[in-house]
Amino acid sequence: MDEPLVRWDWIARNWDNGGPTSVKVLLENHIVMAFVPVIAGLLIAIPLGLACARYRWLYQPTVGIMNVVYSLPSLALFSILLSVTGLTQTTVIIPLTLFSLAVLIPAVVDGMQSVPDHVRQSAVAMGFQPMRRLTRVELPIAVPVVLAGLRVAAVSSISLVSVGALIGQGGLGYLFIDGWQRQFYTPIVVGIVLVVALALVADLVIIVAQRLLTPWSRRRA
Amino acid sequence: MNWLIEFFGSAEYWTGDDAIPLRLLQHLEYSFLAFAIAALVAIPLGLLIGHTGRGAVIVVVSANAARALPTLGLLVLVVLLIGVGTLWPVLIPLIALAIPPILVNTYEGIRGADPDLRDAAYGMGLRGSQVLFRALLPVALPLILLGLRLSAITVVATATVAAYVGLGGLGRYIIDGLATKNYAEVFGGAVLVVLLALAVQTLFTLLSRVIVSPGVRQVR
Amino acid sequence: MITFDGVTKRYADGTVAVDDLSLEVPDGAITVFVGPSGCGKTTSLRMINRMIDPTGGRILLDGKDVTAVDPATLRRGIGYVIQQAGLFPHRRIVDNIATVPFLLGWDKKKARARAMELLERVGLDPKMARRYPYQLSGGQQQRVGVARALAADPPVLLMDEPFSAVDPIVRTSLQEELLRLQSELHKTIVFVTHDIDEAVKLGDTVAVLRVGGKLAQVAAPADLLSDPADDFVREFLGRDRGIRRLGFVPAKNLALDPAPEGVTPEGHGTFNPARDSLRAALDAALLSPDGLAVAVDDDGRVLGVVGEAALVGAARG
Ligand SMILES: Nc1ncnc2c1ncn2[C@@H]1O[C@H](COP(=O)(O)OP(=O)(O)O)[C@@H](O)[C@H]1O
Ligand SMILES: [Mg+2]
Repeated sequence: MDEPLVRWDWIARNWDNGGPTSVKVLLENHIVMAFVPVIAGLLIAIPLGLACARYRWLYQPTVGIMNVVYSLPSLALFSILLSVTGLTQTTVIIPLTLFSLAVLIPAVVDGMQSVPDHVRQSAVAMGFQPMRRLTRVELPIAVPVVLAGLRVAAVSSISLVSVGALIGQGGLGYLFIDGWQRQFYTPIVVGIVLVVALALVADLVIIVAQRLLTPWSRRRA
Repeated sequence: MNWLIEFFGSAEYWTGDDAIPLRLLQHLEYSFLAFAIAALVAIPLGLLIGHTGRGAVIVVVSANAARALPTLGLLVLVVLLIGVGTLWPVLIPLIALAIPPILVNTYEGIRGADPDLRDAAYGMGLRGSQVLFRALLPVALPLILLGLRLSAITVVATATVAAYVGLGGLGRYIIDGLATKNYAEVFGGAVLVVLLALAVQTLFTLLSRVIVSPGVRQVR
Repeated sequence: MITFDGVTKRYADGTVAVDDLSLEVPDGAITVFVGPSGCGKTTSLRMINRMIDPTGGRILLDGKDVTAVDPATLRRGIGYVIQQAGLFPHRRIVDNIATVPFLLGWDKKKARARAMELLERVGLDPKMARRYPYQLSGGQQQRVGVARALAADPPVLLMDEPFSAVDPIVRTSLQEELLRLQSELHKTIVFVTHDIDEAVKLGDTVAVLRVGGKLAQVAAPADLLSDPADDFVREFLGRDRGIRRLGFVPAKNLALDPAPEGVTPEGHGTFNPARDSLRAALDAALLSPDGLAVAVDDDGRVLGVVGEAALVGAARG
């Protein structure tokens, strides 16, 4: 094929053509399907992770289950859910939530373990009630570790949404299918660039959030 | 359960092109090659930047960006560019996926080693490479193995996508099953992938028992 | 002998950690660098084995500029002990101790045998040999650190606050162990501490540094206590200088009076003139209701007594 890698006119025509497969709409769908699972995952992982940190016997089985979840092929999960939830965004969101959990639960547990024992002890000694100690002392110290997990979860989620294209719900992943079927580079390149850019922006937002949330912690790239 | 019996009980999946052992071998071939190449690149690089501290920021940032590369997009792009004659179209996206966890964990493991350990090692007269291989690497090993394990599992799970461009492996069952709405086949393929991933997991657990010194407390 | 010849260290950020330090560290003795935190003790020490290179001046080891020697080779001939021991967590204790012999290419058997010998020398149970560092207490790890530094029998030993992280009782026993070892081995030891009591207890010579990396005074402990060079040193030495100095004056020259009828070691403070210091004798007098310190020999026989007034007179010299 002596076709150029990128045809700029295609981008101009298809960025916002009003149709359901305009790049802008795909991008919006992609953002929804990528971020809902991460946020849902975080909301579930915090209580579960705290429970695992408190009741140690929960930890091993939970990590075991999460390891299995982590190894599930996303495509298989999408396909099987398709028979239950049909051709909706939920079909993609549920499996991605599971993947987020597989990353975030260990991160929350590690974060709680990163609280030095003497800090916890002195909080107890100063008379912090358990709930207050958790929210005022332990969680803030755990934040850097949890956010490190959140970065991995967010980036993976953004990347994985595109696999959903194989079952007809993949946001920017549609561009890969489209380009493949028409043997046409431009949509594929545009898709890859946008997915990576989206991931970098998300990563950056989390890094900035961490700086703001934990001004006391050492700087780390 | 019925799906499983339907899939594993069917003679169709035990002979010819679609035989489970054949698909399994193909899957192992892609996964192993991609994983091995990634490890050969990422471990030395991680050791080097962890030990010298040079180029750390750029490598860690780009490793994180590489995690974002969509496998499906990379796969179809590479196939369109170089065709399917070789294994590279499936290897390239998988390698891109496999490198970041190994690289980041190797780097973090070496860089995060106790500064007193590093100091004592130099102080006793170990040379740079001796400090790296005799003092820092053994201590970083649990973290490096964790990176290798996550990487291997991701590769095994993602190699399924290769089937979309007509390549083999366990993904065939999932893609073909999806096309024909044969959910038993999809499910059977998924179960095989998970079993393979669990085998990989077990392998790494055994490996770390053997090569990590009992004196180095286990990282998870 | 180690010679500091106008040594200066200015870090990249402009901090002058050591400023024009000139000093001789004699062979076979313990020289202590002492001073407040940040005064450049660690920097001075680490320039000897080239963990840091000076930005000015020279350091000579037996007359030879250390910067002319390959760092790794230099370090293999100098024992190095740091605060947190820095043991290799992945190696058993015996192999930790044998690290330098292994590096020097000793035969495995010989290196391990040497390690076992040192293990006992520093007062550890041979059973510890098969353990990993995490299975030892802080004090035990520190003993292993000392054994490891001694393994290849280097003539010079550098010790950077080696006993600062352990509790006072363990610290005292480690200090005594070091003095006992030194009485057998006669190494050239440079010992860094911020604790002036440790400095005067261990040092044959004490070098006091002030912040900014300037040498304030070099002297034997007794001289340091009796004649501090300036207010900074006086302040740093702290209170009770007069009493503490007596710890360096032997009691053997005291004139003893015959013991009065009925005076026995029971009910009196005692001291052994052959071993103890004037400080111990004065302490003994203060503990006795009648103010008499009872001198006894090694077998506990009464040699005589000495009164408070005579002791104070002797203390004035
Ligand atoms: N690598 C370095 N870069 C810049 N300044 C340093 C460095 N190491 C030590 N310093 C500074 O040099 C001074 C002396 O440090 P150090 O020798 O460690 O003191 P000490 O051991 O007496 O506490 C201190 O002010 C310290 O902050
Ligand atoms: Mg110091």
